[in-house]
Amino acid sequence: MASGVVHNKRTLWQQIVRNRSCYFFMSGYLIVFLLFTVIPVLAAIVLGFTNFNLVQSPGFVGLDNYVNLFLNDDVFLIGLKNTLILAAVTGPVGYILSLALAWMINELPPKPRAFLTLLFYAPAISGGAAYVWTIIFNNDTNGYLNSFLYNFGLVDSAVQWLSDERYMMAVAVIVTLWMSMGTGFLSFIAGLQGVDKSMYEAGAMDGIRNRYQELWYITLPAIKPQLLFGAVISIASSFGIGELMTQLFGYPSNNYAMHTIVLHIQDYGGARFEMGYACAVATVLFVMMIVTNSVIQKLLRKVGS
Amino acid sequence: MNNKVQKAKKHRYHRRIGRSFGGDVAMIIFLLLFGSLTAFPLIYAIGNAFKPLDEFFVFPPHFFPQSPTMQNFSDLNNLLGNSLVPFSRSLFNTVFITVVGTCGLILLASMCAYPLAKKEFPGRQFIFKVIVAALLFNGTVTAVPLYIVMSKLGLVDNYLVMILPAFGLPMGLYIMKQFMEQMVPDSLMEAAYIDGARDFRVFWSIVMPMVRPAWLTLIIFSVQALWGTGSNALIYSDEYKTLAYSLSQIAASGLAYAGVGGAIGLIMMSVPIVVFILTQSNITEAMSTSGMKE
Repeated sequence: MASGVVHNKRTLWQQIVRNRSCYFFMSGYLIVFLLFTVIPVLAAIVLGFTNFNLVQSPGFVGLDNYVNLFLNDDVFLIGLKNTLILAAVTGPVGYILSLALAWMINELPPKPRAFLTLLFYAPAISGGAAYVWTIIFNNDTNGYLNSFLYNFGLVDSAVQWLSDERYMMAVAVIVTLWMSMGTGFLSFIAGLQGVDKSMYEAGAMDGIRNRYQELWYITLPAIKPQLLFGAVISIASSFGIGELMTQLFGYPSNNYAMHTIVLHIQDYGGARFEMGYACAVATVLFVMMIVTNSVIQKLLRKVGS
Repeated sequence: MNNKVQKAKKHRYHRRIGRSFGGDVAMIIFLLLFGSLTAFPLIYAIGNAFKPLDEFFVFPPHFFPQSPTMQNFSDLNNLLGNSLVPFSRSLFNTVFITVVGTCGLILLASMCAYPLAKKEFPGRQFIFKVIVAALLFNGTVTAVPLYIVMSKLGLVDNYLVMILPAFGLPMGLYIMKQFMEQMVPDSLMEAAYIDGARDFRVFWSIVMPMVRPAWLTLIIFSVQALWGTGSNALIYSDEYKTLAYSLSQIAASGLAYAGVGGAIGLIMMSVPIVVFILTQSNITEAMSTSGMKE
């Protein structure tokens, strides 16, 4: 028994030595990846239990940060609520919209297909263009939407799109959706083009009658790997909303109405240097993302069955 | 010849299965409607760059510039020429960060992807699983802990603060590894090994040229992320400030600079879009391998 363990260890070590060039190839990337992705995530989880402030050495405070977050920090609760609403709305809607548009574009000839792909993808990569929404939704009559509604007599005074709490969430959702045909969308388009055409013919013989049956029984199962990938991208971006809210509504937005968890992390970490507290907030976000991801991945595996 | 005709017939056949005319029309209408809604803000953003200032304050506002002008761009140059960081300097910073960050990512990610895709060694699956899990955490959610790590490493007020994290973009490695695994035939590599080539030679002369679509895809992801690099809490000196930072300062200085803001917006949005247009067909090829295995 004991000698067996030693034997295994030796072969493992021998395998590592024999493949040393593999580790050499990976070393550059893995060092950077460890330093700037793995360690920050792990550090956030550990520091979330401390009162670290970047100057003094961190002291262990147990669950104090989490107790304060959920019981005493009203602004965090607003951020939590908004993040959940934005994720629950823009995540699934953006995902389904990306899939629907990719599916429709896929039926077109190559030239229009390439053009429409560019058009829908462009907002996702042109962060610089998001500012026009602040002109479109501007609070005074110089705003495009207000002027339009005013001219048609639909409103008699300018609507405060960017500071009235009744409208801010709707504005945020519209702009986010506009930018949501990103990496997942590209993956869907590429996946759809790769579906084996003979599967459709086989399906037609087996009694597939229309494009919707074809979508559910043939196309979606065939692009399941892309669907799983797209879901990860969608969760990563919909839970990470923050920067865009500052661009649209300023920081802080009126009454913190469009506060999100990412903005809360930045506020405590970047401005107040209460790093322990900010890390606790980040940990809450990480846990929410990981849990959502594992649920969604389980659900998507059922597609077409 | 005969084969070709058969292929064409098959293709037509596929397109006709269950395609009702009504469904086609509904689909085209939806695409047109949604396409114009998407295009509207983009066209508006382009138009704004060429609008003279007074047109920003007319009521009702015009969609297209009435008397297009290049004034905004020369204003931008003058405005930034007088500021602490000249326009040329912040432009240089952004271009420098984008180019170095992108080249580094391509080199490191492809070197790391090669054994992960093509070799068998202890830890291979574990490493890839960690990288897939990391796809969830982009820079926005890890910014504050990253700041702590950076400051503990003494990386303050330095280009590296903005460049180094880009080298380790999880999406870059993921796309590269998937493409290598599915698109580079093992037989080619084996032949080279039999001819006596070493690992690096096989990687550099055989694998790298074959994964060109994947590194073009890495370019768009990396350029998109780096070109928009804005303020960074660890950058204090003005000479390291980026274009996006200078631009956000101007945009924040009020409606009097709306025209300059429009010019800035156009500069910021056009670079990633142009890069995408140049690489589009390769990206579609590379993304076809992006799916996740169950």
